[in-house]
Amino acid sequence: MSTTNVERVLFERPQSLVALPFPYCPGCSHGIINRLVAEVVDSLGISERVVGVTSIGCSVRCWKHFTYDMVQAAHGRAPAVATGLRRVMPDRIIFTYQGDGDLAAIGTAEALHSAARGERITIFFVNNAIYGATGGQMAPTTLLGQKTSSSPYGRDPVAAGFPIRVAELLATLPAPGYIARVGVFDAANVNRARRAVQRAFEVQMEGKGFSLVEFLASCPTNLKMDPVKANEWVQKELQQYFPLGQFKSPEE
Amino acid sequence: MSEKVLMKGNEALSEAAIRAGCRHFFGYPITPSSEILEYLAFRLPQIGGTFLQSESEVAAINMVYGAAAAGARVMTASSSPGVSLMQEGISYAAAAELPCLVVNVTRASPGLGRIPPAQSDYWQATRGGGHGDYHLIVLAPFSVQEMADLTILAFDLADKYRNPAMILADGMLGQMMEPLEWGNQPQDPPVKEWSVSRTESRDRRLILAAPISDEGLLELNCHLVEKYARAREDEQRWQSYLVDDAETIVVAYGTAARISAEAIESLRKKGHRAGLIRPISLWPFPAKAFAGIETTAGSCLVVEMSSGQMVDDVRLAVNGRIPVRGMGLGGGWIPTPEMVEEEILKS
Repeated sequence: MSTTNVERVLFERPQSLVALPFPYCPGCSHGIINRLVAEVVDSLGISERVVGVTSIGCSVRCWKHFTYDMVQAAHGRAPAVATGLRRVMPDRIIFTYQGDGDLAAIGTAEALHSAARGERITIFFVNNAIYGATGGQMAPTTLLGQKTSSSPYGRDPVAAGFPIRVAELLATLPAPGYIARVGVFDAANVNRARRAVQRAFEVQMEGKGFSLVEFLASCPTNLKMDPVKANEWVQKELQQYFPLGQFKSPEE
Repeated sequence: MSEKVLMKGNEALSEAAIRAGCRHFFGYPITPSSEILEYLAFRLPQIGGTFLQSESEVAAINMVYGAAAAGARVMTASSSPGVSLMQEGISYAAAAELPCLVVNVTRASPGLGRIPPAQSDYWQATRGGGHGDYHLIVLAPFSVQEMADLTILAFDLADKYRNPAMILADGMLGQMMEPLEWGNQPQDPPVKEWSVSRTESRDRRLILAAPISDEGLLELNCHLVEKYARAREDEQRWQSYLVDDAETIVVAYGTAARISAEAIESLRKKGHRAGLIRPISLWPFPAKAFAGIETTAGSCLVVEMSSGQMVDDVRLAVNGRIPVRGMGLGGGWIPTPEMVEEEILKS
């Protein structure tokens, strides 16, 4: 009998992820998004040039999992820290990894102004419409009527205003090179999200300025849903207010 | 080779930063420190440096944090309310052990205040300023010459201790013009092996403001305590003026020290034995300057342009051996030499 080797690797840990289990809750999207970033860094062959900036919230944990140089920033300040890194090291590839509270509440000014300057950095923005690490409080992207531990009667626009569409807001600025919103709730969208991550890095590497990918993400623990239900909620409810798409690209 | 020039304090400080190898400035305008930002906006592009006017002081200090993580000599400058906004970032830089220079050309009074000279940010500067248990290395110039010299020293000490350093000046020192002599070109800044700047293939580097574990957090704090103890031992700086036979020792820094020195000279001419201890490092406080003062001195008079902040540190240094009195007020009060003379004679 011939011994034709039919084994081939279909799935493995990306080179630029540390061999360490993710700390995220079951059904949380952070693991998928961390992995997408790592996969794209591997496929572009840029791991030696990358430096990441973490933020505060569940997203702070990602520094343990990437094999690149990582810098920990204060709450909301990752784009400012990335700006400092960028201005000293023009040849590096710099990204921040931020949640919705970090980027769209406490760090709105830093995100907006780094985009307005066309700072040559990439922001990965994880929008799960809730605060994770602090236990499920209202986020700037929490939907109207959505109940959280700090909006127990549902988000009321009279008292708490409306959710912020970050991708659309930043796309009004002339300087950004690439802005997209993606989902990771099914395989087809994960593949689209991977392409968006790649495009965001490429835009930075091509010197075309600021890039941002907003991920619609799931936080089953704080949504108080099982992972399947939470994923469905993201796909149906969250996506309705935050449509997926490309809002800015160098080709436009 | 030395070169004598006439310069404004804020501009002397800025040019000294360039001489010290600083090529990155991030800041937000505020009077009476804005000439630093304006001077560097003009000068840094000429020499291939980076000047960035940030959207806020909050952003500025975090840009400084990023540039320091990348191994650069980097600074920001502001005035009291702006420095208050930077405190979170300064605390993070202390925790992540990132050397940088923060200049505070102070305003007077709490809140917005106004721009006359004052020394009311002494506590904020010397007690860390932000949350947690940390210190800055704080240097207090009293002339345009020292605005330059201490800036170069502050960069060196920041790198030596991997810690943020601060120049604490006031509007008078920032705005006035005086002759200044440039010394020899300082040595190039050290290469920072711990930074994320990459020159060759190596293991990943992490710049963290919070360690991985509770044990790591204790370890960091033990390390900081040890580092501050070393600085306390090695970096106390002061100037003693006519103290050897002084019956009254005036303690004052910065602008208040200039005024006090004039009062002491005038009293000496009249036969009164007064002297001056001028702290140059406010942290570490120069407690060593007070060793044995009780052999001649009957009392200390602390002159400050605040309602009494450094007087606490003088009392700790003197430790009850002789009485310590304070004289001062914030909000733009400037003592005249005559007022200081009169107060000395009360002892």
